[in-house]
Amino acid sequence: MPTGFPRAMPRPSRWRAWRSASLRFSLAYGMMFALSSILFMSFMWWGTIGFLERQVETAINADAHALAERWMMGGLPTLALTIEDRLEQNLDDDAIYLVIDPQGNYLTGNVSGWPAKVQYTDRWYSLPDTRAGLRGMAELHAYRLPGTAQSHTAGQLDSGYRLLVGRDVRARGILRHLLTDSLLWAWVMVTLLAVSGAVLVHGIFRRMVKTVARTTSAIAHGDLSRRMPLVGNGDEMDQVAEAINEMLDRIVRLMDGVRQVSNSIAHDLRTPIARARTQLEDAALHATTDEELREAIERAVGNLDNVTAVFEALLRIAQIEAGARRSAFMTFDLVPVLRDVADLYEAVAEDHDIALALDLPESLIFHGDRSLIQQAVANMLDNAIKFSPPGGTVHLRAQVRELAPGRIVGPSGEGMLDLCVSDEGIGMSEADMERATERFFRAEKARNTPGSGLGLSMVRAIVQLHGGRMHLSAHNPGLTVSLALPIAACAISGMEEDFPSPLHISGMTERSPFSHQHDMNSSVK
Amino acid sequence: MHILVVEDDPTVRNFVAKGLKEAGHLVELTDNGKDGLFMAVSEKFDLIILDRMLPGGIDGVRLLETIRAQNNTTPVLLLSALADVDDRVQGLKAGGDDYVTKPFAFSELLARVEALGRRGRTEAAPQTKLEVADLEIDLLSRTVRRAGQKIDLQPREFRLLEYLTRHAGQVVTRTMLLEGVWDYHFDPQTNVIDVHVSRLRQKVDKPFGTPLIHTIRNAGYMLRAE
Repeated sequence: MPTGFPRAMPRPSRWRAWRSASLRFSLAYGMMFALSSILFMSFMWWGTIGFLERQVETAINADAHALAERWMMGGLPTLALTIEDRLEQNLDDDAIYLVIDPQGNYLTGNVSGWPAKVQYTDRWYSLPDTRAGLRGMAELHAYRLPGTAQSHTAGQLDSGYRLLVGRDVRARGILRHLLTDSLLWAWVMVTLLAVSGAVLVHGIFRRMVKTVARTTSAIAHGDLSRRMPLVGNGDEMDQVAEAINEMLDRIVRLMDGVRQVSNSIAHDLRTPIARARTQLEDAALHATTDEELREAIERAVGNLDNVTAVFEALLRIAQIEAGARRSAFMTFDLVPVLRDVADLYEAVAEDHDIALALDLPESLIFHGDRSLIQQAVANMLDNAIKFSPPGGTVHLRAQVRELAPGRIVGPSGEGMLDLCVSDEGIGMSEADMERATERFFRAEKARNTPGSGLGLSMVRAIVQLHGGRMHLSAHNPGLTVSLALPIAACAISGMEEDFPSPLHISGMTERSPFSHQHDMNSSVK
Repeated sequence: MHILVVEDDPTVRNFVAKGLKEAGHLVELTDNGKDGLFMAVSEKFDLIILDRMLPGGIDGVRLLETIRAQNNTTPVLLLSALADVDDRVQGLKAGGDDYVTKPFAFSELLARVEALGRRGRTEAAPQTKLEVADLEIDLLSRTVRRAGQKIDLQPREFRLLEYLTRHAGQVVTRTMLLEGVWDYHFDPQTNVIDVHVSRLRQKVDKPFGTPLIHTIRNAGYMLRAE
């Protein structure tokens, strides 16, 4: 191509209008409507007018047959009498009769002379006539009266006695006009309605699309706080708007995550790196013995290892939050997993003179990522043990939530699992609880305990990956971290096999998750 | 052991080589996948340490798959900055025997190298009994005796002691214990392993005067006869 212009140049505005999908849709809709009404109305027109025509023809034929019979019975006098009778009884005054002799002389009837145009007996004639001063149209048919002609060719009128029967169809003409007019008007109205409907649909369509376009373009320009307006009637457009809003919420969360991570890296990773650097530089400048140098280097390596650990935890949280790990989901029994983690931390608890009390059912079938759940519980126990005073007790509880009395299965076949860890430590203020899951957040009172401030962030990320919620509450004294995790339908069905008796289930879920325990199922001391 | 190190970063390569030589191993080095593959198929090694991202058209996983396709069963330790669970799984599926992520502590790498070298030699015959000095572990009845005296251990303590004994004379890192005994693949923030080992010591070492479980500074633990 000789020019460097891209091919997708915006076309002139005359064409832009045609590119609008809503205009095309509504035009097609209007056109369909107009066309189908034309079809429908033509059918109506032909049907009505045709019926009237056929009716007139049938009446004329019947008349002619009856008159021919009279002629056969009594000759011309009877025929004349019958015609006069009929004319008298004809209230509408639309009948036309004429009988002429072979010479063309008038014998009887209400027409003065044989119309010159009527030459054949096998066709219908429509001729103008004037009756009572009014011009109209007459539908006519000619007949040979039997027994009077010597010879004739088919359809040709010859020298016998002839009968002309007809009807004045002025009324039919009026009716036809009326029908045509009203149908035409109706069509115009329908088309107008269709066009205005199309314009209306086009307008609604464009407004809806415009809201989407405006919101998305505002977002594209950086205003992430914009949301699609909801009408609130739950229709398709609302559903689309809701889906878009949900997507936006998620984008905001991800963006916040990225921003938080970069802030965290800037602030919290800089400290240990700076410390390591200082240690190394200090050693290089001031160390007098090999021993001192080695020690300084080892301390610096320790600090860098910390940086690596924090970095890995951050990446892992980010990865979990991005939802990339659902592939590892499987169905497993949660109870052995919980016991394993408890077993790992029980020794640590004992070392700090803290009791670890478990309250677990026999079995708890769960669908999720085994290793992540392990890690979440490990982090919760780690925290609880860290903040418990000597002599305290850390509780680990898991139970299926009773959604309704005696029922653990929700309407759509899913269940809810409550998993909580509580300690008797220093607890947390309300304000701190809200910030507890922020990366690197450490409550003021917890500053001097070891830790990175990432434990609960990871727990929350894991819980969110499983579609659950994390909740912190005061335990007086201490803190309770509770997780509400949905149990997938497939896991529930497995569980019902394990608990055939409903009694067992209600017994298992009777306790409130936050009440103090006196009846531990098992207790590791 | 005769060890091949395929690693393109010269700092890491020389660091690993120096450390392995100090530990008494014979080390050969290369910095790209093509030469690495050539050396791996033409010489007999006891162990290959393999970086995943390598220049020269053949990356670590490709090299590994190629030698495994030739029925070469040399233990391979993958050394990589790709630390995702999925990357780890991919590496192990391709035929890797162990996976160490960068950055790493040399003690960790060395412990794993020695464990892999040992595995190649001892896995041939399944053992029913482990013995170190006066410590006897019966793997069938799951009983432990020291100096003829029975020691009562909880199941997890038994597995911990079994793991240490199987790797007797080698350094075992905390991560190795967490993976090998608890099957956990994450880093618990507290030193939970130290607590478990110290409890095991209370039962296995304390009543008998001479300790078998030794702490190796900056590395981990080692079970050995004094």
